[in-house]
Amino acid sequence: MIPELGHYALVLALGLALIQSVAPVVGARRNDATLMQLANSTAVVQFIFVAISFAALTACYVRSDFSVATVYENSHSMMPLIYKFTSVWGNHEGSMLLWVLILAVFGAAVAAFGVNLPATLKALVLAVQSWIASAFYLFILFTSNPFLRLANPPFEGRDLNPILQDPGLAIHPPLLYLGYVGFSIAFSFAIAALIEGRIDAAWARWVRPWTLAAWMFLTAGIAMGSYWAYYTLGWGGFWFWDPVENASLMPWLAGTALLHSAVVMEKRNALKIWTILLAILAFSLSLIGTFLVRSGVLTSVHAFATDPTRGVFILAILLLFIGGGLTLFAWRAPMLKQGGLFAPISREGALVLNNLFLTTACATVFVGTLYPLALEALTGAKISVGGPFFNLTFVPLFVPLMFAMPFGPLLAWKRGDILGVAQRLTLAFAAAVVAICVTFAAMGVKSALAPLGVGLAFFVMAGAVVDICERSGLFRVPFKAALRRGFGLPRSAFGTATAHFGLGVTLLGIVFATTWGSERIVSLKPAQTVSISGYDLTFDGLVPRDGPNFRELAAKFTVREGGVPIGIMQPSKRSFPTRSMTTTEAALMTRGPSQLYLSLGDAEGDGSIAIRLYYKPLVMLTWLGAVIMALGGALSLSDRRLRVGAPKPAAKPAMQPAE
Amino acid sequence: MTLWFVFALMTAAAIFAVLWPLGRPAAARTGSDLAVYRDQLDEIARDRSAGLIGDAEAEAARVEVSRRLIAAADAAQAAEPAPQSSPLWRRRLTAVVGLVLLPVGATAIYMLLGSPQLPGAPLAPRLKEAAHGNESITSLVSQVEARLERNPQDGRGWEVLAPVYMRLGRFDDAVKAWRKVIALSGETAVRQADLGEALVGANNGIVTADAKSAFERALKLDPQQVKSRFFVGVAAQQDGKREQAAEIWRGMLKDAPTGAPWVATVRHALASLDEPATAPSAEAASDNAAAPGPSAQDIAAAGRMTPEERGKMIRGMVARLADKLKQDGSDVDGWLRLVRAYMVLGERDKANAAAADARRALAGDADKVRRIDELAKGLGLAG
Repeated sequence: MIPELGHYALVLALGLALIQSVAPVVGARRNDATLMQLANSTAVVQFIFVAISFAALTACYVRSDFSVATVYENSHSMMPLIYKFTSVWGNHEGSMLLWVLILAVFGAAVAAFGVNLPATLKALVLAVQSWIASAFYLFILFTSNPFLRLANPPFEGRDLNPILQDPGLAIHPPLLYLGYVGFSIAFSFAIAALIEGRIDAAWARWVRPWTLAAWMFLTAGIAMGSYWAYYTLGWGGFWFWDPVENASLMPWLAGTALLHSAVVMEKRNALKIWTILLAILAFSLSLIGTFLVRSGVLTSVHAFATDPTRGVFILAILLLFIGGGLTLFAWRAPMLKQGGLFAPISREGALVLNNLFLTTACATVFVGTLYPLALEALTGAKISVGGPFFNLTFVPLFVPLMFAMPFGPLLAWKRGDILGVAQRLTLAFAAAVVAICVTFAAMGVKSALAPLGVGLAFFVMAGAVVDICERSGLFRVPFKAALRRGFGLPRSAFGTATAHFGLGVTLLGIVFATTWGSERIVSLKPAQTVSISGYDLTFDGLVPRDGPNFRELAAKFTVREGGVPIGIMQPSKRSFPTRSMTTTEAALMTRGPSQLYLSLGDAEGDGSIAIRLYYKPLVMLTWLGAVIMALGGALSLSDRRLRVGAPKPAAKPAMQPAE
Repeated sequence: MTLWFVFALMTAAAIFAVLWPLGRPAAARTGSDLAVYRDQLDEIARDRSAGLIGDAEAEAARVEVSRRLIAAADAAQAAEPAPQSSPLWRRRLTAVVGLVLLPVGATAIYMLLGSPQLPGAPLAPRLKEAAHGNESITSLVSQVEARLERNPQDGRGWEVLAPVYMRLGRFDDAVKAWRKVIALSGETAVRQADLGEALVGANNGIVTADAKSAFERALKLDPQQVKSRFFVGVAAQQDGKREQAAEIWRGMLKDAPTGAPWVATVRHALASLDEPATAPSAEAASDNAAAPGPSAQDIAAAGRMTPEERGKMIRGMVARLADKLKQDGSDVDGWLRLVRAYMVLGERDKANAAAADARRALAGDADKVRRIDELAKGLGLAG
């Protein structure tokens, strides 16, 4: 009964979504309050039905109900409970259900918490939200239905893909989808504004919390995905410029640009049309990202041909929302009133620069990701665009962006004084120069660029600290007054500084781990020792073990530092009989922010085993920085002044103190 | 029935979501951008008093925001009046959509895609059911028992019942039944051997003196009786006389006719002599036997089984695999497993036959045939 309940709940959600797609629009056009408020109750009840549906599917997985086809195909009765939960979205059908669940969550949240929105805007936003939802419900029900049944249920399932049997699956996809789908709200607001033909600073204020939340989740999701790839793939790398990764990076770049241009719009009533365009693009890239990963088009362009219904449906959805959104934009945007003016050197100017670099970087990734696919589809030629391309294009775009980053927050609105700002950044410059010198002295001149990267990272981090000091007037006014002013600063100011600081931390981690890491690939017999960067690893032998649904051969290594044992590392190879697949489980040992990384190769006949051993200095900073960025987003989001209509709301047009 | 009742409740909730707002008056107050600008003005005043911005900046910002505020207020006045409640006809139309189209449409789509006739099938109750699949057997047993109560001298009745007791794990009853059979229908080597096996089962796998004497009587009647020879070997092993046990089992292997199903069991028992105090293990064979591995209940059952029953179980699994491959011969991994399993069971002829079948079934796929050939060569089977 349970799977059928879930199935029917999804159908009812579709029914409500279709009503919600039409009624509020009619209401908004005819100034009909009743039809407009209809969207509130349908959005909430729609969410309840999708939640029921998702809970039903989860129950099927947890109780190993193999009469449900997707459960049979992606689950195993002996899997640990957590993987029974995560295998709900460890496959195409279930992940699409998670997608619409999050969409419904956001829809219901707008309905429930958007009390300060003008009635027509809210009705239109919920209607657009429902267009997206309807398309996805139809897609799920007719081409990717997770509730299809087997009349004669088998007694055992075919197991979840072993690579996915990892705690990473519990965290990464939900976070990523919260990010992707969060941008749907910005999209809906943009479309609603275009339909209404009216857009102003207030719009940006209303969209901002949603964009911030989405950006925060996406940042954390990408970092989590990168860490997951790092420890499962066994190569010790954390970013491969793989299309799947690029698919999540593109919406992040567009979303980051959106976040910044929305600030200009909210505070200065400028960049309005550009912001609308970015909102459409961010969600479009999220849709492309979802489908690039889900459609199987990445493994082979011909995946579309093997399952034409699904492929055509996906193309139709992309065309409808991206094409439709951009067409609407092209038609209505010229009718929107342009906003305030500003000098090139100003906070606005800095944010425009930021946007230029971010969108160009995004376009670069877009081309690098989709060009090979397009080429293969058209000519059949297979080319691969990887690290070298992106290092030559993406990195040169990000370096000036990061150099300019500390300047932005210190520039005054409307017209700024770049020399004054440079003066105030003296401390940050000094920090950078010291960092460069120290790095050169310690590491030598072997890689001339890397110390400069370290300097840039310190410049960014110190710049963020200088920003807060300047705002609070520390070192300029008496300490007590500075403290009081510091506490009086809006939390969004701290959010900005924290997020910028986080990016510096990430850069530091990337530079260190990629430049000064060491690597050894050796074959060891039991009792032999290998040394790397001051650590000695002794191979103690192989231990066979049984897991719940796999067997593994673990290699035991004792790690010594200066002769003192500091721990044991046990990388292993797992074989999953149901899918006859083998996975390699790397062993990690965290030493401060650095890591030892040990991965098994093949065992040879004479009892020796091949290993790959890496020492990754400061590698943890890469992800820690992303977590700090997400925290900055959270800080900004928690700023009570973002909640318009609350007793003390509204953003300030943050003016700088006169020099 | 419950299903449709719950469906009806859910539909009602969905309809309610559409009808409820129609009956409510329009919300009196909605948000507007004026509030945002007023808040921005408050914010400027607050920042000024906190000393975050200077007087000049505060004044400039105030002017800008005020301009926006005025523009927004003008726009609000120029726009249509505050939203009104719906005219009756539009509300009725919406109500009809909610009351009729929604349930009808949802039911239509669901009937197209759903399978309301299929009950949910969570695994745990199904396994329990499968375990209690013997329930019908139990009732049959009680019928036979009732008949035997009326007619206790029916030797054939007891002979039917005894093996069933064994299968159900009711070893004490099985012992009684075999004793009755021997008393009523006379002793044979097989009956004595089965009695002995029941006694071993009743004593958790230990060959007691009673059991041993039963096996010895059987051997007196038929010196080649396989089960008895095997258990006499087990008895020797349990007495610590490993050499003697090994001798008995080696003798059995020497006398074994080709393709004897019990050879693997004996081999494993023989091998287990080297690792003290473990029961003959059949796991190695079962690994290769079943297609995606033996299921949980198989393994649990194997733990309780006598070596011979284990052998039987493994052969059952192999037979299932063979059947499956007979129907669908395209699964090359299945074939490889089957050939290997036969070799482990010591059934070389069958392994050979299976390899030949595999080549036939996979003909046309050179790559797969090559894998079969490689395995056959590796196992020393005739190509």
